[in-house]
Amino acid sequence: MSGANDPYDPKQVAALSPEALDAAVAEAREAFAGAGDLEQLAAVRPAHLGDRAPVLLARRELGALPPAARADAGKRVNAARGAVTEAYEARRAELEAERDARVLAEERVDVTLPWDRLPRGARHPLTTLTDRIADIFVGMGYEVAEGPELEAEWLNFDALNIGRDHPARTMMDTFFVAPEDSGLVLRTHTSPVQARTMLSRTPPIYVVAPGRVYRTDELDATHLPVFHQVEGLAVDRGLTMAHLRGTLDHLARSLFGADAVTRWRPSYFPFTEPSAEFDVWFPEHRDGPRWVEWGGCGMVNPRVLVACGIDPEEYSGFAFGMGIERALQFRSAVGDMRHFAEGDVRFTSAFGVEQ
Amino acid sequence: MRVPIGWLAEHVDVPAGTLVEDLDAAFVRLGLEVEEVHRPAEVTGPLVVGRVLGIEELTGFKKPIRYCRVDVGEAEPRGIVCGATNFAVGDAVVVALPGAVLPGGFAIAARTTYDRVSDGMICSVRELGVGEDHAGILVLGDDAPAPGTPAGPVVGLDDVVVELAITPDRGYCLSMRGIARETGTGLALPWRDPGALAAPGWSGEPAWQVTVEDADRCDRFSMIALEGLDPTAPTPWWMRRRLAQSAVRSISLAVDVTNYVMLELGQPMHAFDRDRVRGPIVVRRAREGERLTTLDGADRALSSDDLLITDDSGPIGLAAVMGGASTEIGGGTSAVLLEAAHWEPTGVARTARRHRLPSEAAKRFERGVDPDMTVAALTRAAALLAQYGGARVVGSLVDVDTRGPRPTIALDPARPGRVAGVPYPPERVTELLTAVGCTVDGDGGPLTVTPPTWRPDLTDPADLVEEVVRLAGYDDVPSVLPTAPPGRGLTERQRRRRAVGRALAEFGYVEAPSFPFVGTAALDALGLAGDDPRRQVVLVRNPLSEEEPALRTTLLPGLLAALARNLSRGIRDVALFEHGAVFPGGERSAAPLPGVDRRPDDATLAALLGAVPEQPWHVAVALAGHREPRGWWGAGRPAGWSDAVQAARRVAEAAGVELTVRAGERAPWHPGRCAELLVDGRVVGHAGELHPRVCAALDLPARTAVMELDVDALPPASVPVGPHLSSFPPVFVDLAFVLDAAVPAAAVEESIREAAGDLLEAVRLFDVYTGPQVGEGRRSLAYSLTLRAPDRTLSGEEAAELRQRVVASVEQALQAELRG
Repeated sequence: MSGANDPYDPKQVAALSPEALDAAVAEAREAFAGAGDLEQLAAVRPAHLGDRAPVLLARRELGALPPAARADAGKRVNAARGAVTEAYEARRAELEAERDARVLAEERVDVTLPWDRLPRGARHPLTTLTDRIADIFVGMGYEVAEGPELEAEWLNFDALNIGRDHPARTMMDTFFVAPEDSGLVLRTHTSPVQARTMLSRTPPIYVVAPGRVYRTDELDATHLPVFHQVEGLAVDRGLTMAHLRGTLDHLARSLFGADAVTRWRPSYFPFTEPSAEFDVWFPEHRDGPRWVEWGGCGMVNPRVLVACGIDPEEYSGFAFGMGIERALQFRSAVGDMRHFAEGDVRFTSAFGVEQ
Repeated sequence: MRVPIGWLAEHVDVPAGTLVEDLDAAFVRLGLEVEEVHRPAEVTGPLVVGRVLGIEELTGFKKPIRYCRVDVGEAEPRGIVCGATNFAVGDAVVVALPGAVLPGGFAIAARTTYDRVSDGMICSVRELGVGEDHAGILVLGDDAPAPGTPAGPVVGLDDVVVELAITPDRGYCLSMRGIARETGTGLALPWRDPGALAAPGWSGEPAWQVTVEDADRCDRFSMIALEGLDPTAPTPWWMRRRLAQSAVRSISLAVDVTNYVMLELGQPMHAFDRDRVRGPIVVRRAREGERLTTLDGADRALSSDDLLITDDSGPIGLAAVMGGASTEIGGGTSAVLLEAAHWEPTGVARTARRHRLPSEAAKRFERGVDPDMTVAALTRAAALLAQYGGARVVGSLVDVDTRGPRPTIALDPARPGRVAGVPYPPERVTELLTAVGCTVDGDGGPLTVTPPTWRPDLTDPADLVEEVVRLAGYDDVPSVLPTAPPGRGLTERQRRRRAVGRALAEFGYVEAPSFPFVGTAALDALGLAGDDPRRQVVLVRNPLSEEEPALRTTLLPGLLAALARNLSRGIRDVALFEHGAVFPGGERSAAPLPGVDRRPDDATLAALLGAVPEQPWHVAVALAGHREPRGWWGAGRPAGWSDAVQAARRVAEAAGVELTVRAGERAPWHPGRCAELLVDGRVVGHAGELHPRVCAALDLPARTAVMELDVDALPPASVPVGPHLSSFPPVFVDLAFVLDAAVPAAAVEESIREAAGDLLEAVRLFDVYTGPQVGEGRRSLAYSLTLRAPDRTLSGEEAAELRQRVVASVEQALQAELRG
């Protein structure tokens, strides 16, 4: 048997004997198994797989054999070398796995540590719900129309068939603007956008107009002097109340679920005739499914079309409007109207960026 | 309008067993919104009609006390102590016997009081919960049922009152007559018109001499005279009860009768003390300088637009709105002139508004009263005053009637179907309009419709369409989604507003919209100079609060108030944003008020739109406390000026424009910590820390930071161009310059960019150092440059040359020196 440090002796061919090879393999396996970690394994590797390891020295001696014996011995040497390599790789894999397990265990962290290092912002639910409603209409082909909050009295009232001495005008609880003859008011509804739109576009008109409106109500749990509405207006040939209902039903389903639908109650608005208030069937109400009042609607009064330069014999239209706060009241169970006005971050943060 | 169901049932045959809920649903279907259902308070236990048999006045107490013997239908009368004195022997009263529990949990038991055993209680209206009257006990009329009869139904304890919200077009529903008609036709129930009264054959001299000078505003004036009224005659209990149910105060028989008839028929009336009217009555406009003291005691200066009832002494009534004090009927009035007239609605509205007198009469006339009702109302009132007050009509009716022919409306019978999207056969249209009270003529062709006198709101074909669809039922209208033509989506401006809001929210700011009302105090607190344009405000004439009469010209007052509110609620780290319109003031021409019978001409429309001030859309942030909280990772970072500036940069990014920043000075910012925000060389806003004085004035923490920017002033975003991406390797160069601390970093960066040219891919300031190594008044700014060519690998020489160019440029332009 020859050791790893035996000097090379070309005459010596005992190294090719099966016994010698087996012994070399066994010795290598023992050495690898004895290595406790990857460093020790690396340290013993040269003795068994290095240039002067027994199995590699044996290979050099193959040339000294007679050709007949060479093939046989070559196979043995290759097998021995393969066995040593395999033993080495196996041990290395084992030790690497051990090391990885240890290191990863050492690197364990508490993943439940909070990381609220970047502050969280939020958009106001009035904004996100308004956007959502606008998007539903944009999806139907509508465009979003706008008008100013400080508005011409004529557009807020007269053009909408609310004459100067009409009771509906006094019932609107209007904020008037100085001087007395300014002809300006804080708009009491988003409906002046209807007039603006009809005065600036030609039919077919399909617009939705969200915005902020004003009434002289003192702020309390159920009243806001400043609140938000979304107005819709369609003027086209052949539009009917059925189209109005279809539009409101589609909105209700898009916003409140597939089972939502609208119901009408006759009402009065000077700018629509016929007029209705509408309720929506809201299956998700916190107190159980029910009808909730939401807004007003109707067919555009021909007088309004005339004041805006649209021929009522050729075109008809429908219009509707609803309160955003009102929708949030039932959709998100907001109990106190003051929450909408105070800017308390605890309220708004609950709604996130996209509600 | 409060509708006592018991009263309604007098005119409509409501089937037995009809629930209040059924009526409620029917009202809603007819367009009469139910605001509230008032149910009488609950009374349990024995409550009976009693008759007073004897009264013993007890003396020696602080107030008069009576010990009464009362027949309550039992074998023996009961002894009851009572503190009221408004009744006499023989009167019928309401007695709560021991065991009864009155509203408010008031349990009645036999008890000793004022040295007598009181075996029950004689009740007042208030104690029964059927009204407010507590001046004395309730005395039932002579028609009261026998003693011992359960008193609940007698006093209306079983009578529900439904309160309806009447829309302004349905004036006739402000009467039992209108509600009865609606209920009867709507529910197909038999009903009787309480206004179908024929005037008796009053004869003799006309009741009074009357002239109507303004027939346009008074097309009918009817009057009768009554004599022999017993001024002490009480109003019968049933009438007082119905007035109470209708929330009308009982005053005297004559006044109560006029109010009762108004509630029943919808015709407001007025009673004059005939003996106090001086000479002929003239209906005319007020003259310059005339005054009138109205029934409420107010002395009113009259406008020449006010319509008056006058006599030789001058004005004695503000027509349709309120009577005058000089002819008011009082405790001694036995002769009465009763007036029922028809006044033009808009004139009434103006007078009521001018004098701030939204009386019940004015409310009805503004909404339209049936001009056919004047004589019926006089007939009804005369009968009631005769029955309960012994009054008799003297002389004949005065009826100045100048009404023209009733207008008709031409209606294509197919129109209702065309509007509703559901067909109605012509016969159905005629049937429904007839049910409303219209006269309908025309077969096969267009209909000629004459609306009933009580529906002045029906003037256009569209009004008739609504009646048809409403009565046929809105539920008949199908649901069909129309196909709108393709739209173009949101406008750039709308997309930008959304992008700005979302960017700030995702950047850690919470949106806090506030009311746009401000006062001088808020602008003073910001330290705005006297001539600051933000002090030029739009004033609201009728503000909710006199302290905040103006519209905001800056978002900061509202936002800082919200910040303070959050801090006061114990939230320490707050970052808020708001975006919305502001309202710059200034001189402006008045907006015209053109007619509405056609589109305003282009010039008028332009003037109209031009009179509406621009209302630019601003965005603002305010933050205090920590921008980044302390945590297990280490210390936090307090919010400061740089956060406010960074918020502006974020807004600009979201808006797709390039923002530059330079030192600025503007209230309410700290003069040394205020950034001027520019786009394309134009100042669009400011950001930085609040001035310490502003923090103190608003009780905000030091270093509170704010930004405000005019979003509408930002130029449109240009369409981004996709950059060429070089795949050649970059060269990184770090350079530190020492220069005067006053040189802004932006100037250094600009100089670097200029010198490096197109080969500079990125530049970033990564360190700022001040200290002994660079000397007093100087600082070191360290930049990391990324150089890259689009078409080749930069050679070492090229990079070195570029570096040298940059160094030379900065050194020369800014008196900087490269730090070794």
